[in-house]
Amino acid sequence: MSFGQSIIFNEIQGVSHQMKILVPIKRVIDANIKVRVKSDQSGVELNNVKMAMNPFCEIAVEAALRLREAGEAEEVIVVCAGPANGKETLRTALAMGADRAIHIESEDSPEPLAVAKLLKAVVEREKPGLVILGKQAIDGDNNQTGQMLSALLNWSLGTFISRLSVEDGAFHVTREVDGGLENLKLSGPAVVTVDLRLNEPRYASLPNIMKAKKKPMEELTAAALDVDITPRLTVLKVEAPASRSAGVRVHDAAELVDKLKNEAKVI
Amino acid sequence: MASYSAPLRDMRFVYHELFDSSDISALPGFEEATPDLIDAVLEEAAKVCENELFPINRSGDEEGCRYHQGGEVTTPSGFRECYRAYAEAGWIGLSSDPQYGGQGLPAAISTLLEEMVCSSNIAFGTYVGLSRGAYRAIAAFGNDTLKTRYLPKLTSGEWSGTMCLTEPQCGTDLGLLRTRAEPNADGSYRVTGNKIFISAGEHDLTENIIHLVLARLPDAPAGVRGISLFLVPKFLPNPDGDPGERNGVLCTALENKMGIKASATCAMSFDQATGWLIGSAHKGMQAMFVMMNDARLGVGVQGLGLSESAYQAAVEYARERLQGRSVTGTKHPDKPADPILVHPDIRRTLLTMRALTEGNRAMATWIARHLDLRERAEDETTRASANDFVQLMTPIAKAFFTDYGFDITNMGLQVYGGHGYIRENGVEQYVRDSRIAQIYEGANGVQALDLVGRKVPAHTGRYLRQFFHPVQSWIESHAFTPALQPFVMPLAKAFGRLQLATGHIAQVGLKNPNEAAAASSEYLRLFGLVALGYLWARMVEVALTHENGADQGFYDAKVATARHYMERILPQTGSLFAAIMAGASTMMDFPDEAF
Ligand SMILES: Cc1cc2nc3c(=O)[nH]c(=O)nc-3n(C[C@H](O)[C@H](O)[C@H](O)COP(=O)(O)OP(=O)(O)OC[C@H]3O[C@@H](n4cnc5c(N)ncnc54)[C@H](O)[C@@H]3O)c2cc1C
Ligand SMILES: Cc1cc2nc3c(=O)[nH]c(=O)nc-3n(C[C@H](O)[C@H](O)[C@H](O)COP(=O)(O)OP(=O)(O)OC[C@H]3O[C@@H](n4cnc5c(N)ncnc54)[C@H](O)[C@@H]3O)c2cc1C
Repeated sequence: MSFGQSIIFNEIQGVSHQMKILVPIKRVIDANIKVRVKSDQSGVELNNVKMAMNPFCEIAVEAALRLREAGEAEEVIVVCAGPANGKETLRTALAMGADRAIHIESEDSPEPLAVAKLLKAVVEREKPGLVILGKQAIDGDNNQTGQMLSALLNWSLGTFISRLSVEDGAFHVTREVDGGLENLKLSGPAVVTVDLRLNEPRYASLPNIMKAKKKPMEELTAAALDVDITPRLTVLKVEAPASRSAGVRVHDAAELVDKLKNEAKVI
Repeated sequence: MASYSAPLRDMRFVYHELFDSSDISALPGFEEATPDLIDAVLEEAAKVCENELFPINRSGDEEGCRYHQGGEVTTPSGFRECYRAYAEAGWIGLSSDPQYGGQGLPAAISTLLEEMVCSSNIAFGTYVGLSRGAYRAIAAFGNDTLKTRYLPKLTSGEWSGTMCLTEPQCGTDLGLLRTRAEPNADGSYRVTGNKIFISAGEHDLTENIIHLVLARLPDAPAGVRGISLFLVPKFLPNPDGDPGERNGVLCTALENKMGIKASATCAMSFDQATGWLIGSAHKGMQAMFVMMNDARLGVGVQGLGLSESAYQAAVEYARERLQGRSVTGTKHPDKPADPILVHPDIRRTLLTMRALTEGNRAMATWIARHLDLRERAEDETTRASANDFVQLMTPIAKAFFTDYGFDITNMGLQVYGGHGYIRENGVEQYVRDSRIAQIYEGANGVQALDLVGRKVPAHTGRYLRQFFHPVQSWIESHAFTPALQPFVMPLAKAFGRLQLATGHIAQVGLKNPNEAAAASSEYLRLFGLVALGYLWARMVEVALTHENGADQGFYDAKVATARHYMERILPQTGSLFAAIMAGASTMMDFPDEAF
C-alpha cells in the first residue's frame, strides 16, 4: 500500500457524508452446526445443512449500519458472490437494514482472489468510500479477501479492527494484533476487516424483514464484470481433524523429561 | 443444562407442506405472506427466542417477581431489557392490524411464534400473550375512540394488557362475580372491587397497563347475564395520548406459586377506578368469550411449547448419559456403559413425547389456519365453516395440549432420573411451568364440559361436521392405498370409536346430563387422539411423496414417528371408549359422605 497515493485519493474523494459503504457478505454453514466431511472427502457436507450469514460478515453489516445511522454514510450496499441461495443471505442483511444488494451468481463459492477481483469491479461501479469485510469466513478461515481487495484497489487497509469511527475526514480504527491493540488513522477510501469485538450485530426487526422483500437486489455475473473466476486451487482431500488421543500418566519427573526428549522431541 | 433450538424444519413442514400455505397467502391482506417471507420471519423469531428469551428462563424462575411497598412489582433481571428489544423489533404486533402499526401477518404464523416463545420462556410469554388478548377484545368490541387510543400502544408493546375475571369467590363460575361499575356523567364508569390471580396485573415492563375488567352495572341481572366488560387503564391517558393521572387501581399482593414464577400473579384492588365500557351493557361475557376462545388456543400452545423444550432436553440427555448396557448386548464397548438412548423404555418415552408434540403442532396450525380463514375468506360459507371448526376444536386443543404438556414435561424429567428432579438441569421447571396451563383460561375439566355441553350439540351437531366430514372422506379415499394401510386402518378403527362415543353421549346426555358430563374428559381425550391420528396419517401421506429426495432423514423420521403413534398411542382410544360407555354410575352412585 502506498501512503502517498491514499492521500491523493483522499483529496479527490475524502470521507464525505454522501459516502456509500460496500459490505461483502458470505453464506456459510451455521456456526452452531457440527460440520461433517463428505464421504468422498471432496469437501464438507452442505446438503440440508442450515446455512447462515458468516458471523464476521454480520459484524461488518452492523458496523456499516451504525455509520449510516450516525450520519457518516448515506447508503449501505451488500454484495455476495456465489450460488443462487446467497440471495437469502443478502435478504437477511437487507432485513438488518442495508439499503440494497448485489448478487454475483456463480455455481460454486469463488476463491478469495476471485472474490477480491469481483469486488474490485463492483467498487469501480459503485464508488464506495469504505468497504467493510469480515476478517475471515468461518468455513475456509482464509482471512485473505480484504487484504487482496485493498492491494488490487491500492486503498488503505485496516485489518482485525475492534473499533471504527470517522473523525476529521479519516477512518480511525483499533486493530487487534498479537502484542495488544494498535490505533491507526486511515485516509479514505479504505478497506477494513472486522474482528469479533467490534460490535454485537442487531436482530432484524419484523417491519424490516417485511421491507427487505421490496428492497432492490441487482443480479450480476462474473462475465458481465469481466472477471475470470476460474479456481486456481485444487482440493486434494478434506479430512476431519484427528481426534485427540488419550493422555498418559507419568510416574515421575524423570519419565516426563525422557518422554519430552525422546518421544515428543521437544527438548 | 437443557438447551433449545426452534424446530423450524418441522414448522415449515406443517405450515407449507402438510397444509397448503398458498391458500393463506391468497387471502386478502396476506399477499405479502409468501413462503420466503414466512421462512425469514420464523428464522429471525427463532434467533430472538433462542438467544434472548431462553437464557433468562431459568434465572427468571429462580429470582421470581418482587412486590414492593406501594404496590409496585419488579420482574426478574433481564426481563425489562428483553421485553424492550422484543417490542421494539415489532414481534408483539406480528398479526395486528397495520392500521394500528401491526404487521398483519397470519394467525397461523403468530401461533408458531407463540410456540417458540413458550418453549424458550413461558413466563415472558404471559406478558405478551395477555396484551394480545386485550388487543383482540378491544379490536372486536371497542368503539373507535377506544381503538385509536389503545390499539397502537398495545401493538407496539409500549402498553400491556390484562384480563381481570377471577375474584376470591368466583373462579370457574363467573356468575358469582361481585365487582361493580357505576356510570359517570361523562359516559365513563367507576369500577370498584377485588380481583385475584391477575397475570401481569402489575409489573415494570411497560409505562401503562390496560386492564380489561368484568364487572356488574347497577341494574344488572344476577348471574352471567349481568356482566359487562370495562377497560380500566393504570394511568389515564392525557388528551395527547400519553399516560397521565394515576387511576384507582392497585396491586395489593403477589402470589407465591408452583411455576411461571417470572409471571406476576397479582391481587388487584379497584377503588372507584375510571373505566370505559367495551361492547354493550350486560354483554361482557360474549366479548369475553370471543377473547377467551382465541386465548384458549394460546394456552394450549403453552403446553405444546413446553413439550418441545422437554423433548429436546430429554433427547440431548439420553445421548450423553451412560448407564447400563443394552439388553441385547453392549453397544459401546469403549465406554463404561451405554448411553441410555439404547434402552427400549427410554426410546418409548422419547418417541411418545415426540409423536404427541409434533402431532399437536400440526393440530395447532390446523386450527390457527381456520382463524385466518374465518377472518378473511371472501365467501361467507368458508368463513362460517371455519368458525364452526374453531369453535369445536378450541376446547380440545386447550385441554389436550396442556394435559399432555404436563405429561410430556414429566416424561422428560423421568429421562433425567434424579438429575431431572434437582433444579440444576432446568427440566423440573418445565414440569412446574406447564402445570398452570391445565387450570387457567378455563380448567381442563370445564373445557371437556364445553365440548360435550356446548360444542357437540350446537346447531344439532353442525360444528362436528367440520371435523367428521373431512376425516371420513380422507379415510374413504385412502383406504386402498397400500403404502398407507398401516396408518389408515388404525385411524379408521379409532374414528369409528369416536363416532360411536359421540352418538352415545348425545343420546344419554339428553336424558341425563350427568352421563355426558361424567364422560366428558375421556371423550375430549378420545377426540384429541383421533384428530392427531388423522393428522399423522396425512403427514405420512406427504412424507411418502419424498422418497429418495433431499432431506430424506426428516421424512423417514416422520413416517417412523407416525408408526409409533398409530401402534403405541392411538390404541388408547380403546380403553377410553370402554370408560365412556361404562356410564356415570360408579361416580354418581357413590355417596358423598363416603368420600
Ligand atoms: C398463575 C395463575 C394465573 C392466572 N391468571 C389469571 C388472569 O390473568 N385473569 C383471571 O381472571 N384469572 C386468572 N387466573 C385464575 C384462573 O383462571 C382460575 O384459577 C380458574 O378459572 C379456575 O378457577 P378457580 O381457581 O377458582 O377454581 P374453581 O373454579 O374453584 O375450580 C376448582 C375445580 O373444580 C372444577 N370445576 C369448577 N366448576 C366446575 C363445573 N361447573 N363443572 C365441573 N367442574 C368444575 C374445576 O375444573 C377445577 O378442577 C390465574 C390463576 C393462576 C393460578
Ligand atoms: C432427592 C433425591 C434423593 C436421593 N437420595 C438418595 C440417597 O439417599 N441415597 C442414594 O444412594 N441415592 C439417592 N438418590 C439418587 C437416586 O436413587 C438416583 O437418582 C436414582 O437411582 C436414579 O439414578 P440417576 O439419577 O443416576 O438416573 P439414571 O440411572 O441415569 O437414569 C436416567 C433414566 O434412564 C433410565 N435408565 C437407566 N438405566 C436403565 C436401564 N438399564 N434400562 C432402562 N432404563 C434405564 C432410568 O429409568 C431413568 O429414566 C436421590 C436422588 C434424589 C433426586
